[in-house]
Amino acid sequence: MANAIELTNASKVYRRFAHRRQFATLKSALLSRSLVRDLRPEETFAALTNVTVSVSRGQTLGVIGRNGSGKSTMLKLVAGITKPTSGVVRVNGRISALIELGAGFHPEISGRENVFINGIMLGLSKREVAERFDEIVEFAELQDFIDAPVKTYSSGMYMRLGFAVAVHVDPDVLLVDEVLAVGDEGFTHKCLDKFAEFKRRGKTILLVTHSLGLVERFCDETLWLDGGRIRGSGDPKRIVGAYLTDIEEREERELAAGDAKAQHSAAAGIVSPDEPSSVVLPDTPIETATGLGDMFRAAEGRWGSREVEITEVTLVGGDGQAGHVFHTGDAMDVRIRLRAPLPVDDFVVGIGIFNAEGVCCYGTNTSIAELVAERLSGDAEATFSIAALDLVEGTYKLDVAVHKLDGYPYDYHRLLYTFRVKSRAKDVGIYRPRHTWRFAGNVKFKDARG
Amino acid sequence: MLHNLAQLPRYRGLIQSLVARELKARYRGSVLGFLWSFVNPLLLLLVYSIVFAYIMPARFTGGDEPKPFADAYPYSVFLFCGLLPWTWFAASLNECAGVLISGGNLIKKVLFPAEVLPIVTVLANMVHFFFGLPILVIFLVYYGAPITFGELLWFPVIVLVQLILTLGLGLLVAALTVHFRDIRDILANVLQLWFFATPIIYPWQHAPDLGKWFLNLNPFTHLAISYQEVLFFRGPIGHWRWLLALGVVSIAFFLFAYFVFDRLRDTFAEEV
Repeated sequence: MANAIELTNASKVYRRFAHRRQFATLKSALLSRSLVRDLRPEETFAALTNVTVSVSRGQTLGVIGRNGSGKSTMLKLVAGITKPTSGVVRVNGRISALIELGAGFHPEISGRENVFINGIMLGLSKREVAERFDEIVEFAELQDFIDAPVKTYSSGMYMRLGFAVAVHVDPDVLLVDEVLAVGDEGFTHKCLDKFAEFKRRGKTILLVTHSLGLVERFCDETLWLDGGRIRGSGDPKRIVGAYLTDIEEREERELAAGDAKAQHSAAAGIVSPDEPSSVVLPDTPIETATGLGDMFRAAEGRWGSREVEITEVTLVGGDGQAGHVFHTGDAMDVRIRLRAPLPVDDFVVGIGIFNAEGVCCYGTNTSIAELVAERLSGDAEATFSIAALDLVEGTYKLDVAVHKLDGYPYDYHRLLYTFRVKSRAKDVGIYRPRHTWRFAGNVKFKDARG
Repeated sequence: MLHNLAQLPRYRGLIQSLVARELKARYRGSVLGFLWSFVNPLLLLLVYSIVFAYIMPARFTGGDEPKPFADAYPYSVFLFCGLLPWTWFAASLNECAGVLISGGNLIKKVLFPAEVLPIVTVLANMVHFFFGLPILVIFLVYYGAPITFGELLWFPVIVLVQLILTLGLGLLVAALTVHFRDIRDILANVLQLWFFATPIIYPWQHAPDLGKWFLNLNPFTHLAISYQEVLFFRGPIGHWRWLLALGVVSIAFFLFAYFVFDRLRDTFAEEV
């Protein structure tokens, strides 16, 4: 079976916009014979480098990758909108590209006329559009508005009409660039059904998306682009897994860098507290210490007398590895290294977990835990061990503090430590209780997807 | 290039519907709607007539007119003969300068033959020109202009030559403006100068000898004279040799312009 899409060592180099023009004058441009060659400046940006892919007919290829990894460039090459700088791109069959929906709609004329013109632009004849017209309008759910000028459409209506025309072109190769978010749930389902129908009819689909679930569900193959190069290709589950791992590693590095910066500036005294008394739980109840008013003013910082110093805070996962990214339900230890140059006997170690909105998810200290301080001198380590991190997905920040029982701060680290909780379940809230669903009576569910 | 040129007829349907859209969209929402196609040239004519007949009366009484001139026919009819095609020409080029940039969405997001855009612009303006013709005809008939059937046969030829010339210039202007946005601003002024360097508001015979030599270099001179000879002046068209020569030059120029356009085609999607 012939390949529907074939890229062989395809590269695309874009010119960066330089500050100066390429030509001194228009005249010199016209007089120089190498008009095209001169338009190729030195400052370039390789959007795609040596990409070799083939998609056989009837296959669905998902392209994933971070922003700026070359996904859209690849799609444009396949669509023929731009030419590769080097290499070969070959496509067999009629292409319909869902790159920008409704590109070419004229705002002043009616939806009806736009459907015709758009259809013709996408390669249909006038008669073919007429045959499909009713179907298109019905699909777009715009029966009542089809004779109104397109400028009166809402953006959703506009997109729906664009999508409807594009999928009714009946292409052999369908290129989709992140356009599924064009309507309400119902319409999204209709779009997915349409894709499924395309698949059944043996059409080739190239799907560029950030929706990894869609890739896993729909695609036969997955291509992972990173910085314009292929990082991996093959089985969707495997590639998506590898991609997710990569994202976590990247987040890990970013969080670590962010923490280091916050701690550095706190140590340098750049960020100082406006109210050193807003201490985590001295003896006052949590509600007042970390009340809402404080939350809104919450800024990272560090203060205290340093009679006891927090020298290091590490987050350690269940595997014993220090890190910043954890999964819901994982074990997590907060290791706090302390140093007291002179012995102290009045000390409380406290900790607070805050979510991105600044809501205190949990806070406690050794005093609340009814531990009575006796003596701390020299180096010591306190570990706050969480058996299961039952938080929903999100970014969280930590307060870590040592202070006297009456709240006098020795060393107070406010929101200096960041960690991320990941979860495949998209549940909402803050706290994720361990739970199961049980049913009795006449209730039945289909098997879980996947 | 020739391959792409041969593809052009395939876009017939697309060009047709885009021209229709252009015409429909232009007057959508205005009270007079399509009537503007007639009223616009009429108003333009009125302005020029007032200026050159009353404010700054033109002296068309030179003794060397080859044919009976203007005594019986008002100056405005003469003016109209050149002004109407000029409007087509100038508006086309002005719009072509921006057409690839404003149509950037199509070029960047849809697989779309870029040359269709300037072609549609020129054709849409040609249709406007045709809409203006009935007004001209009314004037000519009213004043009993000496038009003969034989002369009228030349009219489509003149239109065709102008079409080819305008298409060539339009393609060139459109392609170059993508890279040199300055052209848009320069062009408006160039066209202004070009207008006065063309025998539209004055007859060719009134130019000084050196001026005549220069005027002959201006392609639109020959179009304007041809229009005037066919529609306005008595007697057989005396300018047909020039016209046919211009036709040949226009075809060559069109091919050259298409060549340049084709060479620059791949850069459009990145530049607009």
